[in-house]
Amino acid sequence: MSRTPLDTVEHAAATPDVELPWAELGLKKDEYERVVEILGRRPTGAELAMYSVMWSEHCSYKSSKVHLRQFGEKAPESDALLVGIGENAGVVDVGQGYAVTFKVESHNHPSYVEPYQGAATGVGGIVRDIIAMGARPVAVVDPLRFGAADHPDTKRVLPGVVAGIGGYGNCLGLPNIGGEVVFDACYQGNPLVNAGAIGVMRHEDIHLAKASGAGNKVILYGARTGGDGIGGASILASETFDDAKPSKRPAVQVGDPFQEKLLIECTLEAFKEKLVVGIQDLGAAGLSCATSELASNGSGGMRVTLDDVPLRDSTLSPEEILMSESQERMCAVVEPGKVDRFLEICDKWDVIATVIGEVTDGDRLEIFWHGGKIVDVDPRTVAHDGPVYERPYARPDWQDALQADDANKLPRPQSGEELKDQVLRLVSSPNQASKKWITQQYDHFVQGNTVLAQPEDSGMIRVDEESGLGVAIATDGNGRYAKLDPYTGAQLALAEAYRNVATTGAKPLAVSDCLNFGSPEDPAVMWQFAEAVRGLADGCRQLGTPVTGGNVSLYNQTGEAAIHPTPVVAVLGVIDDVARRTPVAFQEEGQLLYLLGDTREEFGGSAWSQVIHDHLGGLPPKVDLERERLLGEILISASRDGMIDSAHDLSDGGLVQAVVESALLGDKGARLVVPDGLDAFTFLFSESAGRALVAVPRSEELRFTDMCGARGLPATRVGVVDGDAVEVQGEFALPLAELREAHEGTIPALLA
Amino acid sequence: MTARIGVVTFPGSLDDRDTQRAIRVAGAEPVALWHKDKDLKQVDAVVLCGGFSYGDYLRAGAIARFSPVMDTLIDQAKAGLPVLGICNGFQILTEAHLLPGGMLGNDHLHFICRDQKLRVENAGTAWTSDYSAGQEIHIPLKNMDGRYVADPRTLDELEAEGRVAFRYLDVNPNGSLNDIAGITNAAGNVVGLMPHPEHAVEPLIGTGRTDGLPFFTSILKKLVNA
Repeated sequence: MSRTPLDTVEHAAATPDVELPWAELGLKKDEYERVVEILGRRPTGAELAMYSVMWSEHCSYKSSKVHLRQFGEKAPESDALLVGIGENAGVVDVGQGYAVTFKVESHNHPSYVEPYQGAATGVGGIVRDIIAMGARPVAVVDPLRFGAADHPDTKRVLPGVVAGIGGYGNCLGLPNIGGEVVFDACYQGNPLVNAGAIGVMRHEDIHLAKASGAGNKVILYGARTGGDGIGGASILASETFDDAKPSKRPAVQVGDPFQEKLLIECTLEAFKEKLVVGIQDLGAAGLSCATSELASNGSGGMRVTLDDVPLRDSTLSPEEILMSESQERMCAVVEPGKVDRFLEICDKWDVIATVIGEVTDGDRLEIFWHGGKIVDVDPRTVAHDGPVYERPYARPDWQDALQADDANKLPRPQSGEELKDQVLRLVSSPNQASKKWITQQYDHFVQGNTVLAQPEDSGMIRVDEESGLGVAIATDGNGRYAKLDPYTGAQLALAEAYRNVATTGAKPLAVSDCLNFGSPEDPAVMWQFAEAVRGLADGCRQLGTPVTGGNVSLYNQTGEAAIHPTPVVAVLGVIDDVARRTPVAFQEEGQLLYLLGDTREEFGGSAWSQVIHDHLGGLPPKVDLERERLLGEILISASRDGMIDSAHDLSDGGLVQAVVESALLGDKGARLVVPDGLDAFTFLFSESAGRALVAVPRSEELRFTDMCGARGLPATRVGVVDGDAVEVQGEFALPLAELREAHEGTIPALLA
Repeated sequence: MTARIGVVTFPGSLDDRDTQRAIRVAGAEPVALWHKDKDLKQVDAVVLCGGFSYGDYLRAGAIARFSPVMDTLIDQAKAGLPVLGICNGFQILTEAHLLPGGMLGNDHLHFICRDQKLRVENAGTAWTSDYSAGQEIHIPLKNMDGRYVADPRTLDELEAEGRVAFRYLDVNPNGSLNDIAGITNAAGNVVGLMPHPEHAVEPLIGTGRTDGLPFFTSILKKLVNA
């Protein structure tokens, strides 16, 4: 794109008729015209580069903004929220002077194009968001969705994604403690690779992305800037895949986890010595984003000399330098007197650090190249005043027919033998099978604070060695439910993540979300999005868990075919003493199994309807968030007071899935009795929400049932931990060995 | 008095703080050592911890082996200083020729993280005296390049001299020759292994077992009684 003479601000003003490649950079005509209007002249090439990436869907949320406002407007009162939406990540007070920051983001499109690097840099990006808040990253989680498990392309995408997440996260020294792996044909050309991270800091260590104080220096540190990932945000993440266009591989970044590990350590050391006024990581939109966001969030302007940016490739044009998404870079604002010490720390860690500019008195962001001024903008117009679309949305005409196709009317098993056969098919189906082959490629142990990791209901990390204070995180989403009813589907995702956190004994505090949808230009998709956001915002208000931040990923579709609407919800919780945590595995023979909550005939979107009938229709399970809250309180109290020894939330696959998992993990069987008022099939396979299975020591039975009775939570005794089989009395018995082979054999057979 | 045990941090070291914690849990005093500093701060023993020093670039441990601290460490180890290398630390010790053989990529080509069963084969080293020979223990394992290899003569020597300190049981997780999980030098002061004893020192954390603690109590007793 470089042209002669240099396209300075002066040159642009003098040559209004020069044609710029705004369409190639992903801008629409009216958006380009708006840039011209803001500047009062045509933009320079460098300015155009900045606007095009910052006004992309990925960076500007232009289609989703009008809906996302609800997360703020409906936010429940919460004393726990220290930093809300809008910063790199939200920050939550977890007590004892500790604060926790967490966020989930998508790296969907890059991971389809180049699975290893796409997934690896997804981890890198979310971790830098956490560091930028002032926190030490302590864990990662990875909610993943792929096409059909037996599709040949899944064998290309999944192993690459898993190796990329492991290759990057393991090398950073971050335990991977949770997430999901879901298969569905709807994700065939559009896998969802979401990445979440948690960081811990003291309250006083919270840092924000703003450049204040005229004369303060702007320091770029980390990797050199190269030609990778140019236009990643605009071209790759904000457009639908189309077979006719050239390969998008050059827009995917390449990660270097070793460099990122150095970046973590040197950033934390600089924080510790209080050297940093403001900080921002370089992710999507690279320097364009970091400079414009730092400048617009602070009190002054900023002047940057682009010639000072260390380059990997000396032939890069200024436009490319501004757009590059080279990984492992950060930008800090440092007082002049502290610059030397900052550079010393970077040198200690062999991290390249360069002063590239300074904060100014004015309100302009000015960028220079070879002595000429190539950018002169109000940074707010780049970072915050992007276009806002009120995209049309409409309930799709097929929604009624889909909901009328009632899963409750599907043929059900008629005998104990048939039930047994369907249980085996369920627990060995790719979605319900053990994901050990995948998760054993991730380090769970590093940092020495992992209390629980997958396949537990939530991941749990000890925060304080003395007091035992800990945090828990769970991520959940069910695209099948959301397809049937996006409003309810989003609330079910929230309810499940909330329940998963409570099941391990932690108190849910706050929410982050990653909203994965098809093209916003399709009114049906936009309706799904609007409904899901409304459902999630209403749900969060009712549960008292504010949304602290997150990410929207649109254009997850190939041609006309969009993915199922897939809101993924992460819930963060706190536990006073991790010694009281409740695991999934059955602990002792003779303990009594209690089913908490109400079981109804609810099979719409269920795993059973998918595995046995390849069916998706009807309505998803009903949501009762007050019930979820009560169930959560009971689970937390029971854990704290030692009334239960194991617990498992009931969700996809129903009760039988939970029993099989707890039995296999504990290597102890269970004898179940179908309770009065239920048939065996509904008892085993229903996916009614608001339920959990708990194992109660006999000595605690009375105390536990009294508590449930007093609080009005239905608790039904359904069996006992016993033997080496899962037996449903009068129906069938399945030996653990047979279940284990079925449950653990599927994924390696498909992918290893 | 207690013992002072150094833990070296290389760029890319990951388990340095975990190892310091394990030393503390055992009752000794951890001392942080920096790879660019030749000074070992008069510690009584040194642990080279796990991680990806220099990103495992070139070959695991191959670059860290040339850090300034290693000059001093190699001399003192030869003079009897107890040194334990865990995972990447083991790789560095073989690169520095303080232990024979080397590590290749896992035979299944994946990173693997699992609770690994081991047999203690040699309870006579500075780092294993709190175990008994033949004892079976579970220690977390997590690596990409954990396949121990050596030429046949070296293997015969190691076996003949009882210098195989730990062997994998039930599952050989990476294709290591003779199921070797860890070895010692002839003097018994330098020990290296792929599994991570520092991740098995507290109930509740990790796998919830404390089978790794005897590494650190062994050396503490030896140093305090010396």
